Amino acid sequence: MLPTTARRRTPHTHDPADRHDRDDPRAGAASGPGRPSGRLPAGRRRSRRERRAGSAGRHLHAGRITYAVLTVFTLGSLFPLVWTAVAASRTNQRLAETPPPFWFGGNLFANLRTAWVDANMGKALLNTVFVAGTIALSTVLFATLAGYAFAKLRFRAKNALLLTVIGTMMVPPQLSVVPLFMAVAELEWTNQLQAVVLPMLVSAFGVFFMRQYLVNALPTELIEAARVDGAHSLRVVWHVVFPVARPAMAVLGMLTFVLAWNEFFWPIIALTQDNPTVQVALTGLGRGYIPDESVIMAGALLGTLPLLLAFTLFGKQIVGGVMQGAVKG
Amino acid sequence: MTSSTTDAATARRAPSSAPAPGAHPERAGRRARRRHRWDAKWSPYAFIAPFFLFFAAFGLFPLLYTGWASLHKVSLHDPGHMEWVGLENFSRLLEDDFFWNALRNTFTIGVLSTVPQLVMALGLAHLLHYRLRGSTFFRVALLTPYATSVAAATLVFAMLFGRDYGMINWGLELVGFDHVDWENGTWTSQLAVSAIVIWRWTGYNALIYLAAMQAVPDDLYESAALDGASRRQQFWHVTVPALRPTILFTVVVSTIGATQLFGEPLLFGGSQTGGGSHQYQTLGLYLYEQGWFNFQLGRASAIAWAMFLILIVIGLVNWLISRRLHTRR
Repeated sequence: MLPTTARRRTPHTHDPADRHDRDDPRAGAASGPGRPSGRLPAGRRRSRRERRAGSAGRHLHAGRITYAVLTVFTLGSLFPLVWTAVAASRTNQRLAETPPPFWFGGNLFANLRTAWVDANMGKALLNTVFVAGTIALSTVLFATLAGYAFAKLRFRAKNALLLTVIGTMMVPPQLSVVPLFMAVAELEWTNQLQAVVLPMLVSAFGVFFMRQYLVNALPTELIEAARVDGAHSLRVVWHVVFPVARPAMAVLGMLTFVLAWNEFFWPIIALTQDNPTVQVALTGLGRGYIPDESVIMAGALLGTLPLLLAFTLFGKQIVGGVMQGAVKG
Repeated sequence: MTSSTTDAATARRAPSSAPAPGAHPERAGRRARRRHRWDAKWSPYAFIAPFFLFFAAFGLFPLLYTGWASLHKVSLHDPGHMEWVGLENFSRLLEDDFFWNALRNTFTIGVLSTVPQLVMALGLAHLLHYRLRGSTFFRVALLTPYATSVAAATLVFAMLFGRDYGMINWGLELVGFDHVDWENGTWTSQLAVSAIVIWRWTGYNALIYLAAMQAVPDDLYESAALDGASRRQQFWHVTVPALRPTILFTVVVSTIGATQLFGEPLLFGGSQTGGGSHQYQTLGLYLYEQGWFNFQLGRASAIAWAMFLILIVIGLVNWLISRRLHTRR
């Protein structure tokens, strides 16, 4: 492994081993078994020439145009967020002038305070941390249990049940709002957080995600060994499955937290401005609750900042999670 | 439960029952084995039960109950009182111009947002697949819009697309175009709403494509290179065919998302009508208007079921296409 890594830095040499630079660091162990060595000489002779011509897609270093295009799209992705902060630091009057402001003004903290107090963003943030945290925890727990069962245990109708899980992803949220609303009205749960937490405690995506991870990551022998030692199934879960599943659990937790934080349709029906989540409070702002554009932007900034912070800290893991869920999805 | 407590009792008593050593441990062992088998047989069901119980309560039951409610006249003010009307909600829907308008808008916004989004994502994934310096930074940055909630993103874009002081109109004027009244025009408002969707999801889809590209075996590229295929030809003849299942997957997911589009059109103009002449009212928004502004929960249920039927059709089409893909291979 070590020599390959060293050579990877100079992939365009004539070193016979340079074909091993196919071990893209990102692909890691997943890139499959090595090639039968019998085919090496013939292939190498030709591929050397081709490689020098630079034609095998993935090995190439990016050119200037690639960097330029990626930079443009990166700026496009970040600009609206930066501008949210710019607008939040200005006054409503300044936002009603042309040209629009491009740099920060001095009104940021005043606007944040107005949003925090008058638009109820403070309470909304606390509520959302609780709601999204609870949903993420329970989704991860139940998804790991079910994913483990689908990945490693034998039981009747397993495949049909797994297909059912996948099928449930097709059911859109719009199909449950009317009965849920009727139930909430009946129970007098309007404005109470359990109304938005309870319907989201499990996720089919989560079950599938954990199943796909555990199928490869968890050695069946490990479970069997534990069982031979007389461990009952909960012990196996606690001492064998959870430790192995931990990285995937963390990623699923973050993904679920992001989704739950941004959940929109059901919360704006079940909650009001008296006890809002972030999205409910922002909807209130958007519908003219406070007719001040700079305060609206301050609210949007407050509601996005925690997730942006999480992205700065765990961006790599979240990206890995999205990609991991994708290959297998 | 009883058997396990007695087992524990036997086990605890075992050391003191010296007079008859052989009998007790053996019986206890048999019981332990039986319990072990029982545990192995039923624990998988216990592990998957939470998912299915929650889904039954908050997914399946509401789905069916929405169907039941769609056959009744139900008022938002008294949801407990249901009056049987048969298929009247559905027949009224078919005669309602606003329903067809919403269906048309959902379709055009769906096309306007999905097609550019996936095409750009594919191109970005291709660029990200090069050896890049700072590749993690580009990936995280491109995924950041995904962490921005619908509400926050829409509030910012509504400002950027503002008629009088919006930055986009300012930029258009700078290069010699006229002001565009984005919100009031049919096409312009739909383009603006689509832009929000495109902004939020392009990076996410790019990462999904990237993950799929990394799974394409290098041999394919190498043999294509041996056959003298250029970079561009490799992209079209190796990458795209290998990605076909992933592309289909993203098309389905984006289509489902587009069918349910709700938050963006709601907050773009801040009203449930989707613009003064309903020019960007989607099906989701129409459902919300019928249920929570016209107080007709029965009709809202009928719209929900109409959306569900559309999704089933999409699912069937997807299934047919993917079956054809499989047989051709």
